[in-house]
Amino acid sequence: MSGWSLFIDTFFRPDLVAQYLPAILKAVTITVQVAVLIVATGLASGLMLAVARSFGLRAVNLCIIIFADVFRTLPPLVLVLLVYFGLPNVGLTLPSFAVLWLVLSVVLSAFAEEILWAGILSVRRGQWEAARSTGLNFVQTLAYVVLPQAIRLTIPPLTNRSIVITKNVALGSVIGVPEILNVATTAQSFVGNCTPLTLGAICYVVLFIPVVLLGRWVETRFAWGRA
Amino acid sequence: MTEQPLPILEVRSLRKTFGTFNALNGVDLTVAPQELVFIIGPSGSGKSTLLRCLNRLEQPTSGSIFVDGIDLLSRKTNINLMRRRIGMVFQSLNLYPHMTARANVTLALRKVLKMSRAEANTIATAALERVGLADKAGSYPAELSGGQQQRVAIARAIALEPKIMLFDEPTSSLDPELAGSVLAVMRKLRDSGMTMVVVSHEMRFAREAADRIMFMENGTIAEEGTPEIIFGPNANTRTRVFVAEIVR
Repeated sequence: MSGWSLFIDTFFRPDLVAQYLPAILKAVTITVQVAVLIVATGLASGLMLAVARSFGLRAVNLCIIIFADVFRTLPPLVLVLLVYFGLPNVGLTLPSFAVLWLVLSVVLSAFAEEILWAGILSVRRGQWEAARSTGLNFVQTLAYVVLPQAIRLTIPPLTNRSIVITKNVALGSVIGVPEILNVATTAQSFVGNCTPLTLGAICYVVLFIPVVLLGRWVETRFAWGRA
Repeated sequence: MTEQPLPILEVRSLRKTFGTFNALNGVDLTVAPQELVFIIGPSGSGKSTLLRCLNRLEQPTSGSIFVDGIDLLSRKTNINLMRRRIGMVFQSLNLYPHMTARANVTLALRKVLKMSRAEANTIATAALERVGLADKAGSYPAELSGGQQQRVAIARAIALEPKIMLFDEPTSSLDPELAGSVLAVMRKLRDSGMTMVVVSHEMRFAREAADRIMFMENGTIAEEGTPEIIFGPNANTRTRVFVAEIVR
């Protein structure tokens, strides 16, 4: 057997592709559903935290900073295991889907808060002053003048973070969520061949193409330049 | 005897300190309706701080400010409603880059004065026409020259029908040939009866258009008078040295 056909035989056997493609596609839909939920929750709560931080209340800001630093530092796997296997000890048992959604949303919100806060800070002071000088109050200035610019500036890093967190859905495999990696590794050990894992990998790539394109589209959609 | 009109702006003993630095050291200033008061002086003399106190972008340390008879520093005064009566134009232009010229003008009309979009657009069109930019209503700031941007900023302020307009070095960030278009708009505004306080180094404009010129130094008004006096041979030594330095 030549090297090339050995490679195909190990990583891309046509009969196994046909056999496991349906199961893996089903896992893709689960990954997508969980990821969409996580990204929506994480970005929305990150935005709320960044807005809360801009009010400049010392006690509130201290809490937000500690929250963001802790959840950006801890490995998400540790959090997933802690919540899934630890909380039942204090009488709180959550389904594996809920644990994955909760943990990854919290982690994404910590990163999103920091990114959006940096975006808010990067809007020049003159923008605030011009808006306030026309009678807009603090909240109106934030909502109509500062946030639109801050969000526009931070779309690339927010897209990055969303991709990273979506890949972390694979952590669901350790707590039994039937997402891509879980289904692929199970099939792999069952047939003793890497083909299901290759299929999973291809699915990840295909999955992220629209995300990246969406990010680029949103960027150009709001390309008003910087005056 | 003719009756003196009530002043639009009345400032008494205004002080502003930043830490231990006295930016304003007891400034008194009265501006009558339709008057154009020009403020000149070396950098760091407190010109911009004075202007920024007049709409409370800076909070004065002590003193009083009355605009159109209303105590600007009183707790009971709604500063956001007052600010719409005090137009301000900045050195750094400060248009909202994510909005068209029209949207820059209509934002406060819609959100502060709660106008409908159609109403606000009508007023914005008129305001942009007054600064000669009706045809640029749909342009974004990045598509406009510095002079055009500053004229949109003026339109944004006058659309709110202010009682007084404050100009903080409106042409300092512009090339001389673009500054001309902004000065022309300011002159038109003055001819239409707008009350204005202008901080600027445009001495020719000051000489032609100002009713009064204040020379500020070290946080106080060191000398004030008509352009004839300030630019004349009898102005005090410090003023003459400064003017000669600028005009040179």
